[in-house]
Amino acid sequence: MTDVVGHTGSALSVPPTVKSADAAPVVKRRRRRRDYGAPLGAVWLGLVVVGAITADWLPLADPNEIGNVFSATPGLGDHLLGTDILGRDILSRCVYGARISMAVGLGATALAMVVGVAFGMAAGYFRGAVDSTISLFVNFLMAFPPLMFLIALVAAMRPSLTNLVLGLALLGIPNFARIARANTIAFAEREFVTASKALGASPFRVLTRELLANVMLPVMSLMLVVMAALVVAEGSLSFLGLGVPPPTPSWGGMLADGRSQMNEHPHLVMIPGLFFFLTVFAFNRLGDWARGRIGRESSL
Amino acid sequence: MARFVLLLVMVSVATFLLLELIPGDPVDGLLPEGATEEMRQQLIQLYGFDQSLVTRYVSWLGDLLHGDLGTSWQTRIPVATTIAERAPVSLELAVLAMALALAVAIPVGIYSAYRPGGIVDRIATFIASATLATPAFVLAIVLVWVFGVQLGWLPIVGWVPFSEDPFQHLRAVILPVISLAGGECVLFIRLLKGDMMATLQQDHVLSARARGLPTWRILVRHALRQSSFSLVTVSGVVIGRLIGGAVIVEMIFSIPGLGSLVVIAINNRDFITVQAIVLLSALIYLVLNSLVDLAYPLLDPRVRRATT
Amino acid sequence: MSTIEARTASRLLLQVRNLKVWFDTPRGLVRAVDGVDLDLRAGETLGIVGESGSGKSVLSRSIMKILAPSARVLPGSEIRLKGLDLATVSPKQNKHLWGVDLSMVFQDPMTSLTPVLTVGAQLTETLRFHLGLSRDQAEEEAIRLLTLVGIPEPAKRAKQYPHNLSGGMRQRVTIALAISCSPELLIADEPTTALDVTVQHQILNLLERLQADSGMGMVLITHDLGVVAGRADSIAVMYAGRIVEKAPTKRLFSNMRHPYTRALIDAIPRISHPSHTRLASIPGRPPVLIDPPQACGFAPRCPSAQPRCLSETPVLEPTPIDPAHASACFFPLGTPAGDAARENNIKAGVNAAGTAVNAGESTDGR
Repeated sequence: MTDVVGHTGSALSVPPTVKSADAAPVVKRRRRRRDYGAPLGAVWLGLVVVGAITADWLPLADPNEIGNVFSATPGLGDHLLGTDILGRDILSRCVYGARISMAVGLGATALAMVVGVAFGMAAGYFRGAVDSTISLFVNFLMAFPPLMFLIALVAAMRPSLTNLVLGLALLGIPNFARIARANTIAFAEREFVTASKALGASPFRVLTRELLANVMLPVMSLMLVVMAALVVAEGSLSFLGLGVPPPTPSWGGMLADGRSQMNEHPHLVMIPGLFFFLTVFAFNRLGDWARGRIGRESSL
Repeated sequence: MARFVLLLVMVSVATFLLLELIPGDPVDGLLPEGATEEMRQQLIQLYGFDQSLVTRYVSWLGDLLHGDLGTSWQTRIPVATTIAERAPVSLELAVLAMALALAVAIPVGIYSAYRPGGIVDRIATFIASATLATPAFVLAIVLVWVFGVQLGWLPIVGWVPFSEDPFQHLRAVILPVISLAGGECVLFIRLLKGDMMATLQQDHVLSARARGLPTWRILVRHALRQSSFSLVTVSGVVIGRLIGGAVIVEMIFSIPGLGSLVVIAINNRDFITVQAIVLLSALIYLVLNSLVDLAYPLLDPRVRRATT
Repeated sequence: MSTIEARTASRLLLQVRNLKVWFDTPRGLVRAVDGVDLDLRAGETLGIVGESGSGKSVLSRSIMKILAPSARVLPGSEIRLKGLDLATVSPKQNKHLWGVDLSMVFQDPMTSLTPVLTVGAQLTETLRFHLGLSRDQAEEEAIRLLTLVGIPEPAKRAKQYPHNLSGGMRQRVTIALAISCSPELLIADEPTTALDVTVQHQILNLLERLQADSGMGMVLITHDLGVVAGRADSIAVMYAGRIVEKAPTKRLFSNMRHPYTRALIDAIPRISHPSHTRLASIPGRPPVLIDPPQACGFAPRCPSAQPRCLSETPVLEPTPIDPAHASACFFPLGTPAGDAARENNIKAGVNAAGTAVNAGESTDGR
């Protein structure tokens, strides 16, 4: 016990009038850093989407036209980003490659969302046997390591854009089903749903009129995350040569092609790599932004 | 438990049916050019393609339970033998990547939660958002380019077994392990930081602080265990994903694991090997996820009471 | 510093001067504590009374230095323990001040113990760290402390986890933790709010007994004037981050000056009232503390409010007759101005802020 008193004594021996500089922290409104990530991300994604749609009308070289000049250095001559080893224009291939990424990112995600939300809401609303069956199916889809699942599926079917989109959509379903189910369960308890049911609304009406809008809010922020994940998954497949068959350009395929020349011509891999980075980064930023917005709204 | 068995059955049926998805007759793919009809019939009998689907499933499952995964269509070596050779490599990569990810994520996650907005948190957040946006195959290529090509510190490809040369083995393992660990580490930091920040505002932590206990002690003893639920839950998924899903990284670094085997098998249209690996990785994934549930009581004594 | 000041300071255990704690929130700065002065002498009990959201918990947390990261203590704020300015020492510099000289009991015993550690482990941890006891000594001391706070079978309880104990038992454990290093100041932040009524008295009596035995000073924070009525030497009433009235307990009850204090007392249910009497309540809710206007925060809910109350902030001033009794009101109760203000409002049926005022407001609502 004497030890304690000693300590207290020493504490008290500090002259009370002495104040160190940091004794009284200055109040300052913590500056809320402007987040430029989300708007810049939106701009980038807008460019990619518009580029993918309008690629045919843009003043671009034919992505598959094999040139006779291998222009290794970007910025020279007709080829802004240079050409690949076969003399194909890299910029053009990147823009056309965006078609695959966006078809997958938007198409497969939309498909997964529609199916996943429908399943999830049905499971959360009806519970019981419907819930058990759907949950079992969702758990089954999640029982495989995602990339392995995709590789096996796509390899067994013939690689094509349709099969790719179907496989990726299947991969995305569990995420949407789970979040839709959890939110449906939470909202199904609320007064407005009880009231609607008491007024004799059919389950379909309750689900679409009362619950859907509320469930969609969290689903939308998840959507951006899933898009990013599916773009990466498609890239992985194309990189392994299991994506859309060549010569259709895809970012993953360009990376794989450029790898053998990486030592001498790093731009062959760095440019498609950068396209991946920026796209996924943009999705993530927008996702964070959406989550923040939704979080704030639901806390109000 | 019943659900677990049911899932196992579903997974096995699905992997079995994988072979049926293949367009065209698998036998055609196996026959050498200019094969006679006699050879074709022999092959059909050998692999039992003439029997009904159900019969084939049952006999396939029976073989499976005896450890017989079939014989490779390509190499004529039993699939189980090939897998047994390659599985330890994938397992080593997965375990090392997991250990690296946790070793970085736990201290960084704890400190970021303790000082949100501080220098560690800001650096971690910056690196995290960059890493999160870099797909594993891009990260691996960038790492190879920087450390292999430009700096020349580490080998670009190649695998040296540990028994052959432990030092070279370690050098060969570094880049693949970092490529694998990167994304997972960011995930771990995010989860731990989120849970930890919530825990640090709880009364019992405030109470421990009011008792004047040292900071590290509060963070580790009073806060960490309860903040690890999400981390542990996801760890099961992640290690499963690492064991079965290191396909890309194994391909880039030419590592003789299960991931590269699956790609080789697909390219050779050796689907019986693909089937075996898919089944195995799904099994590992399922079992690990169930094991995670068993870890909860270790984290919180309250769960212990609830389950007993 | 003059000698007189020094002597006063030395007798004072806790001295809070112009404490301002603001929170940085997405919706603006919240002035949770906005200029609070308090004094507590050694061995005495100070009751702090206020509704939830009045800033009383922020006050106690700023003394313990366990504020949330978004909190800012404004310059000019002073908290002194026996003259030592707590802003000048950090828990890192003085490891054995918080938890030893200063300690705290939290509101909810269900959450204020670490669920993953046994009761004994939490006690011995504190004892060993602050007092440097050996493992055996600490275990012995832990059992002594558990006995002291009235826990039966202390040796057995020490090996149990918090979730094995009842709420009352857990609060006894948190008290044992708080007093384990013989503090000079104990802050009890709503120590009985989360407990059953039957247990509340036991806990309050336990605190009183421990205080009498050890001579520590105590700050008893509550929303219930009844809790502090018989136990505190003096009482400070908090509203919207400020002290609106403070006085020695007896004088506060016999001669209250702030309409808010009166409203709080009226809100205590009484046995003498016939049953089915409607409980008196204070209309409205405490103000939001983001960028408060220049006005008395209680004015919108106050039966005496006048136009002046809506344009000026009253400061806490000692009453002319009694320097120990201070209130922050332009129209205090029991003064001609105050009585006139209230009567006029009752006649008009409405106060200056437009809130309805009933004639029976002070006794029971109709």
